[in-house]
Amino acid sequence: MRTPLTVRLFAKLPRAGWAALALFALFAWVWVPVAHLALPADHALHLSSYWVSLLGKILCYMVVAVAMDLIWGYAGILSLGHGLFFALGGYAFGMYLMRQIGRDGSYGADLPDFMVFLDWKELPWYWTGSDSFLWALLLVVAVPGLLAWVFGYFAFRSRIKGVYFAIITQALTYAAMLLFFRNETGFGGNNGFTDFKRILGYGITTPEMRVILFALSAALLAGVLLLGRYLVTSRFGRVLTAIRDAESRVMFIGYNPLHYKLFIWTLSAVLCGLAGALYVPQVGIINPSEMSPANSIEIAVWVAVGGRGTLVGAVLGAGIVNLAKSWFTVSFPEYWPFFLGFLFIAVTLFLPNGVIGLWSKLRGRHAPATEEEAEPAPAPAAEPAVLTAPPTESTRGAAA
Amino acid sequence: MSTVIDRDAEQANQREQWEGGANIGHVVQPGELDLSHDVILYLDDITVSFDGFRALNKLSLAIDAGELRCIIGPNGAGKTTMMDVITGKTRPDEGKAFFGQTLDLTRMSEPEIAHAGIGRKFQKPTVFEQHTVFENLELAMKADKRVRRSLFARLTAEEGDRIAAVLERIRLAGAADRSAGLLSHGQKQWLEIGMLLMQEPKLLLLDEPVAGMTDDETERTAELFVSLAGEHSLVVVEHDMAFVEALGGKVTVLHEGSVLAEGDLAAVQNDQRVIEVYLGR
Repeated sequence: MRTPLTVRLFAKLPRAGWAALALFALFAWVWVPVAHLALPADHALHLSSYWVSLLGKILCYMVVAVAMDLIWGYAGILSLGHGLFFALGGYAFGMYLMRQIGRDGSYGADLPDFMVFLDWKELPWYWTGSDSFLWALLLVVAVPGLLAWVFGYFAFRSRIKGVYFAIITQALTYAAMLLFFRNETGFGGNNGFTDFKRILGYGITTPEMRVILFALSAALLAGVLLLGRYLVTSRFGRVLTAIRDAESRVMFIGYNPLHYKLFIWTLSAVLCGLAGALYVPQVGIINPSEMSPANSIEIAVWVAVGGRGTLVGAVLGAGIVNLAKSWFTVSFPEYWPFFLGFLFIAVTLFLPNGVIGLWSKLRGRHAPATEEEAEPAPAPAAEPAVLTAPPTESTRGAAA
Repeated sequence: MSTVIDRDAEQANQREQWEGGANIGHVVQPGELDLSHDVILYLDDITVSFDGFRALNKLSLAIDAGELRCIIGPNGAGKTTMMDVITGKTRPDEGKAFFGQTLDLTRMSEPEIAHAGIGRKFQKPTVFEQHTVFENLELAMKADKRVRRSLFARLTAEEGDRIAAVLERIRLAGAADRSAGLLSHGQKQWLEIGMLLMQEPKLLLLDEPVAGMTDDETERTAELFVSLAGEHSLVVVEHDMAFVEALGGKVTVLHEGSVLAEGDLAAVQNDQRVIEVYLGR
């Protein structure tokens, strides 16, 4: 009677969306491996390890941006603490990476170097099982998920909203950062985890591992986009946007917003955790600065720049800002914060719907503004918009 | 009743009770609306204070099943606060509020009350502006509204028909795919009424439903409400006396948080106290 979920998942994406996704898969799983591994280093099309790592890192950021968009763009809940969930996922997987170092650390001991330095004789209880890959994966999902669930339950039950919620999440990540800065917390304090050697026994710095981690990040992003697309086009997604637009109405027609918010909030945190777990082996370090309030604010800036309420917008925003950042921090490192601030102000003032909003505005100007244009088009022809939710995008444009 | 009852007769008698045939007793289903005494809404001595100001002052009101009741009263009489109490938005400081015989509204959350069968239309039309008219009705539709179901919910043909029927009834069939934000004020009012109908509530609370409507729309709204009474119970708060007259039901006048007068419109309009309140003496 009921169509299998996989079939319905496939049916959610228009043909152009599948084409864009196939192109992305070709790039991530064929071109990057070939360009990095097979082509000689002096070849014009060779992709250096710097670029593979940078792009892999940005893919992880894109996942975080989509997770942020799901709660901010669709459910209207602004979190300024999403860096925390990202960092927790990173730390959870980092524990495993630390154990994989084995006796190859500078002290040649069984314990991670920082514990030897603190003169600890054995692993703290919460490091139990950290040498198991599967346990690490479980922690990557469970720690951010559980924290988000408990925090979300109390915050949403007390009907904390808007700027108050944002400030509390900001405080939460700041408190966690202070906690992780302490050596006694048992996560390497100031320095965090670094000097990783292996994953599952294979060298972490080999070109092959670099490509595998990159391909996994790409797979995660593709999976998260498909999941996000399914969610926002389901009735669940329509309830979420309804909560964003008129929460009391939602309650009086019999939905309990608490459960809806809690679900998307926890899911969003888990996605951030997964992204963090893939990020850490690619950059080779995790320390408490990942939990700094500024990092979490930056996540919100990515989404704002790209365009809230469209999945593709979030991905674009994370890409644009981070590519700009890596260029700036090399060329004019001292001006990056000013540029970020300028970008945020400019987007808020001139592009309330982000790059995606600008794009559909330009498209709207060229095409004659007919009644059909205002209605949700089933499948816009060009690819940047295909993963967006058409009703939201078009009506937002109309409202603005 | 005889003192000696044989077993068979006793059982038969009991069966009759269980089936609701006898008027002696009936089975109470937990969480179900119990209309055995023909009263759908019962407010008793409700008091609500905001910072010392008594928005409701020992308000008592009973609405019969199937009744169409109009509530009128000057600004600040407590009409909206009363609706807030009934729908769980505001908890009363004192007093009882029951839906049917068994459901204590003062202990239920807003979604629970909505599920039990009370639908509410706000004073300011509140629809989901970013959603299409069709989606607005779909979201309001009586269904399992838990997260798990909403993730996999798909519209059945029968549900599609129900939405189509309501679209016809609220005269928005041609605008089904427009976003609700683009509707006129009167159309939004109708959409919100349509959302209420999709919920299939037992009791409809309507706060100034014809504000901003044209005369023609107002007339059609009155017809719609009259046709709904009987099957549903309606409580309408309204200032438009022509509309109240067209509805033709019993009228309750609220003043300073309690009931000032009750009766048919003509009687109420001739009541000396009501005239004083409205003329502000």
